[in-house]
Amino acid sequence: MPYLSRLMIRTALVWLAIGYTLGGLLLLNKGMPTMAWLWTLRYTHVHILLIGWTVQFACGVAFWILPRLDAAGTRGDERLVWLSYAALNVGVVLAALRDPLAAAIGSSLLLDLMPVGAGALYLLGIVAFAAHARPRIVAFRALPRPVRGE
Amino acid sequence: MHTQARYFIRTALLFLLAAFLVGALVLVNQGLTLDSRIGLLLPVFYHLLMVGWVTQLICGVALWMFPPHSREQPRGDQRLGWFTYAALNSGLLLRAVFEPLHTLSPTPWSGWALVLSALLQMLAIWAFVAAIWPRVKGRPRREQGAG
Repeated sequence: MPYLSRLMIRTALVWLAIGYTLGGLLLLNKGMPTMAWLWTLRYTHVHILLIGWTVQFACGVAFWILPRLDAAGTRGDERLVWLSYAALNVGVVLAALRDPLAAAIGSSLLLDLMPVGAGALYLLGIVAFAAHARPRIVAFRALPRPVRGE
Repeated sequence: MHTQARYFIRTALLFLLAAFLVGALVLVNQGLTLDSRIGLLLPVFYHLLMVGWVTQLICGVALWMFPPHSREQPRGDQRLGWFTYAALNSGLLLRAVFEPLHTLSPTPWSGWALVLSALLQMLAIWAFVAAIWPRVKGRPRREQGAG
């Protein structure tokens, strides 16, 4: 498994653990209401699990497992995947923090811009990943083995 | 595909079917207004789909396909995987039954059932992360002179 896949999958697993912990706290609070403010974390939970976990995990596995471009095992332009990794995760952080910050400090222009930034970063991240992956979606073909020592 | 992965993936398929049945019922009710209580099943639909199907399918495929943990224990400690399976599914089933009931008429019993469901699902995911984390790794380097 290449380094970039390990990074994306491990980051996705961290988001998975955080997202389920938040979801568990929300459900726990539904059963035994103790902290009303927890409900502000509802969309935090959704963004973390949908984008941070599911989408990022799928991208990490796809980068690892999609067909290579040549017999040497080239995976294509990795800079696009790095861009995707950065954009998706910064987007998740912005989207996740917006509601709890708004509940804590009230509304402000900066807070209103956070979901806009998150949306733009999600789009950038996914377009970058799709641009990387598209040339690797090819039919099965036999590639010559690289000559040893080259 | 080993037994544990088959359990995860087959159960995920059952949850996919259950989720779409519940989702269809909610949609039909939005159009025809059969019973206002059916709307309470919307969060159940989301969680059957995202926990029961998506997350469980990913867990099963990851436990099956990720690089081996070691030569001696290719899948690592399988007890973590079985614990994940049992806790995730029992937690989700508890939620599917008691969340709408608790919203309709809250009782201490239904409240505690939701608390138990929350704890089971959290523990399940922590166990899965512990099980799969060591298997997120690169190809081991060949020793010099080997092969």
